[in-house]
Amino acid sequence: MEHVNIFVKAVFIENMIFAYFLGMCSYLAISKTVKNAVGLGSAVIFVLAVSVPVCYLMENYLLKAGALSWLSEDYANLDLSFLSFIMYIAVIAAITQLVEMAVEKFAPALYMALGIFLPLIAVNCSILGGALFMQEREYASLGEATVFGLGSGVGWFIAIVSIAAIREKIRYSNVPAPLRGLGIAFILTGLMGIAFMSFMGIKI
Amino acid sequence: MLISMSTETTIAPIKVREPREPLFSARNKKLINDPLNNSNPITVQVLGICSALAVTVQMKPSIVMALSVVVVTAFSNLVISTIRNIIPDRIRIIVQLTIVAALVILVDQVLKAFVYDVSKQLSVFVGLIITNCIVMGRLEAFAMGNKPWPSFLDGIGNGLGYGLILVLVSAVREFFGSGKLMGVQLVPDSFYKMGYFNNGFMILPPMALIIVGIIIWIQRSRNRKLIELN
Repeated sequence: MEHVNIFVKAVFIENMIFAYFLGMCSYLAISKTVKNAVGLGSAVIFVLAVSVPVCYLMENYLLKAGALSWLSEDYANLDLSFLSFIMYIAVIAAITQLVEMAVEKFAPALYMALGIFLPLIAVNCSILGGALFMQEREYASLGEATVFGLGSGVGWFIAIVSIAAIREKIRYSNVPAPLRGLGIAFILTGLMGIAFMSFMGIKI
Repeated sequence: MLISMSTETTIAPIKVREPREPLFSARNKKLINDPLNNSNPITVQVLGICSALAVTVQMKPSIVMALSVVVVTAFSNLVISTIRNIIPDRIRIIVQLTIVAALVILVDQVLKAFVYDVSKQLSVFVGLIITNCIVMGRLEAFAMGNKPWPSFLDGIGNGLGYGLILVLVSAVREFFGSGKLMGVQLVPDSFYKMGYFNNGFMILPPMALIIVGIIIWIQRSRNRKLIELN
């Protein structure tokens, strides 16, 4: 039950885009057509669902104060947590590289469409953000961390696909010229964020 | 034919030493001024929105955040531009990330040491400077192809352009959301007695996006060159 709760919370209430604005750069740049948005969204789900548990293991068996005690008693009072940024980003960059190779092999068309934004998942804030939130909230088990990563990815996916759908349609409406493109995308995201706030307080 | 070719190749091109540019020449000043308005990283280049807006509920954390970003962009641009000729092209992203991460760790430790309460408030967002698109974007677009000093200025300029938007948004949100600026109450108590209410909506995250949207609107209606065509 706890797992379902974490999942729902990560998808709707603490949505990466609407509550924390993480991963906005690729969110705004790739959301012009639904097809590309679905591709990038699924890549983000995968990277988040894999990298958050890996970072969880690193946090608990390498970095946290006293985490190295399984190695030997001498290391029991070591605290390497200041290294966490650099370790997390290395893990994320490696996993992104893997995903890139997989997409290039199995879906070359998608690979061409995503272009520079696939390697840039490594610097997509929502991935590192997921790892850092996991560290800050101190989830109790590997399962909870995995569910949290998966949920954050699904939340990001829903956000980018829905904004892409709206932006496909908004081309036909008469937006004031200075607001076209970026400006209206920001305001739309804000309005969607308000809509998502109605999920606040839901507990399963 | 052969002889003429060999003579041609032996003549070394005479190197004309370019006159040294003064440290704050017009071109270098442009590097700082431009990102504040015409090529603002947030409203025009669409870089670095990610980790920023969640910290704009109050002015103090957003000023600290802006300063941290200025430091990181400036010094990462400087370091990368210094070693740009010896970085192998294939692994440059990892090299860049490592240098940025090292700088962010420094900033994080300094913040924890001197302004612990603000550092707690910023929580994960200091770490997220690593993946802030401004840093990577400017490294790729500018520092990899320019000399250290212009790159350093470019870093400062872009950091400031980012900070400007951050401070603007946070000023609006703090003033209307809690009637204060920098924690000092500006709306007098008599207003509240007359029935004035703080706009609680301003404190919620979606308002940050809408305010940035309005800033973009104002900027583009004053500067029509920036309007997108489609």
